[in-house]
Amino acid sequence: MSIFVDENTKVIYQGLTGSQGRFYGLRNRDYGTNVVGGTNPKKAGTDVDGIPIFANVGEAVAATGANASCIFIPAPGVRAAIMDAAEGGVEFIVCITEGVPAHDEAWFYNELKRDFPNVRLLGPNCPGIISPGKCNIGITAGEIAKPGGPVGIVSRSGTLTYQALYELKLQNIGVTTCVGIGGDPVPGTSFIDCLAAFEADPDTKAVMMIGEIGGSAEEEAAEFIKNNMSKPVVSYVAGVTAPPGKKMGHAGAIVSGGKGTAAAKMEALADAGVRVGKNPTEAGELMVEVVREHGWA
Amino acid sequence: MDLLEYQGKQFFATFGIPVSDGRAVTTVEDAVAAANAVGYPVVVKAQVHAGGRGKAGGVKLATNEAEVREHAGNILGLDIKGHITRILWIENASDIAEEYYASFTLDRSAKKHLGMLSKEGGVEIEQVAVDNPDAIAKIWIDPVDGLSADVCRAWVKAANLNADVTEDAVELLCKLYTAYVEGDADLAEINPLIVKTNGRVHALDAKVTLDDNAEFRHEWDEYATTQVRDAREEAAHAKGLQYVGLEGSVGIIANGAGLAMSTLDVVNQAGGEAANFLDIGGGANAEVMAGALQVINDDPSVKSIFINIFGGITRGEEVAKGIIGALEMVDITAPIVIRLDGTNAEEGRALLAPHLSERLQSKPTMLEAAATAVALAKKN
Repeated sequence: MSIFVDENTKVIYQGLTGSQGRFYGLRNRDYGTNVVGGTNPKKAGTDVDGIPIFANVGEAVAATGANASCIFIPAPGVRAAIMDAAEGGVEFIVCITEGVPAHDEAWFYNELKRDFPNVRLLGPNCPGIISPGKCNIGITAGEIAKPGGPVGIVSRSGTLTYQALYELKLQNIGVTTCVGIGGDPVPGTSFIDCLAAFEADPDTKAVMMIGEIGGSAEEEAAEFIKNNMSKPVVSYVAGVTAPPGKKMGHAGAIVSGGKGTAAAKMEALADAGVRVGKNPTEAGELMVEVVREHGWA
Repeated sequence: MDLLEYQGKQFFATFGIPVSDGRAVTTVEDAVAAANAVGYPVVVKAQVHAGGRGKAGGVKLATNEAEVREHAGNILGLDIKGHITRILWIENASDIAEEYYASFTLDRSAKKHLGMLSKEGGVEIEQVAVDNPDAIAKIWIDPVDGLSADVCRAWVKAANLNADVTEDAVELLCKLYTAYVEGDADLAEINPLIVKTNGRVHALDAKVTLDDNAEFRHEWDEYATTQVRDAREEAAHAKGLQYVGLEGSVGIIANGAGLAMSTLDVVNQAGGEAANFLDIGGGANAEVMAGALQVINDDPSVKSIFINIFGGITRGEEVAKGIIGALEMVDITAPIVIRLDGTNAEEGRALLAPHLSERLQSKPTMLEAAATAVALAKKN
């Protein structure tokens, strides 16, 4: 099994007619994802390489039975696009767009919780999600992931996620689902949401969690792991050497007021029984150890 | 983007928050003219992106023209924690009865806006939080609900402010919340928020950080001109690169923010220090790579360069072509170590092979590449 998305997921691409949307939408379809439609109010009735375009998500859902959407709309339109998707009736929204204002993120996070409690938002500013061999929504290169299990991955960083997928593949270790939650201050889906889902997924035996500086999401995840996870977790936190007060690429990756340091996060995780690698390679090796110890691969 | 005090006050004023009458000036003569216009006594305040201005001698009271002339002359050019004072804010001095603290920011854990209010203002709020946490009244505001006057009134009462100013404080704090939300601020802070001897509340200082991601819906060009970046950051910014200047000698180029941060970490673990953080994004084509190499090459502290690329959708051979193309465009002085991994990494390395030398090495793993780059930096 996998979490959040699988071979039955049917996806609408909001912004499929744009250059990024088209490129990744078609790539995702080539991978095997059920790409059933796109939206663009000005181009309804046309198609992108055979994929029908609808005026909005509601019409797309009515026509195709889609249950997920993927957003490739520029930042100014993201708030409206997310509400279009929620009102249109999909249950899972993946927002790839980066540069969304923090006030918009805080607003739609709470608006979804209130009026659309069954809708899960992943992102914004995330690479997406892949359940290898079944469904790939977003910008992850599907070929670097080995299908199957026993490992689930959740990460705040895109390239480090790819690195993890690739290292596991080289060791012939498969992945149930790999979730990129994104590096923004208010991610729609948190580490804890993913850890809980992996804990409940029978095919996921161990979890790789990749964090970075800023905020307290890793510390909260450590608390959750300590109290709720029976499955082994391996972790890496990027940014040990990041200076305070400087944003390291991601809007959420900043050490401020002495809070959000990598050292504090690694300590909290280690205290929760997580095996913490000091670089991505070491974390990969630790996961290989865990998998081999248990004879899972 | 951090605003200077006077920009923060002008920002507040557009939302109807009471601030002192003042003028921003850059010369002694203009300072005198400003003081005459706003009326004595005035406060002469250095406008720099640094705290502790008062202790550094950057804030002075002046009761007449001669004093304005003297203080303005002393403060212009004053070095405050490495920031040279170029702008002064001359404002009418206030008669202070009480000093409070107020701020709004995003609580990332709660995913709601956090308002903090304290009757212990004029001091560092972090210190109040340690010494007397009960003196800070906090409220969490759901962005969908916003802040109503009733909720705000209960908050003001919880902070035990002088009861006479409750309604005035509620009005100001509601405006501050509006400024924070509609102005797309990451932080809107008033410290001190004063009660004047005439009983009115008033923002005596302004600390505002704006969310760069929201620039598309605001006119922030004038704020951008006073941002301080070092020359390297300025050059990188002009090329659209995600760059942060650091103190070390190993220049870093990586694709993806997480991998770039991780690259800094492994350089550190190998006993070296990074000269910068630089994320070139996903594509890594020749033009972007050349721009990145140019910025790194122009930094005199760089003694070696570590290019750390993981090919995802961008395949290894395309990355290699990008690097080779970039090397033809830029004349690089420091030796380069490349680690290329991911999709089609072997094909990429094969393309690089004929170009390799002492000056351009390729290593198969991140750790080996980091160790080599650090050794080269130390040798040079």
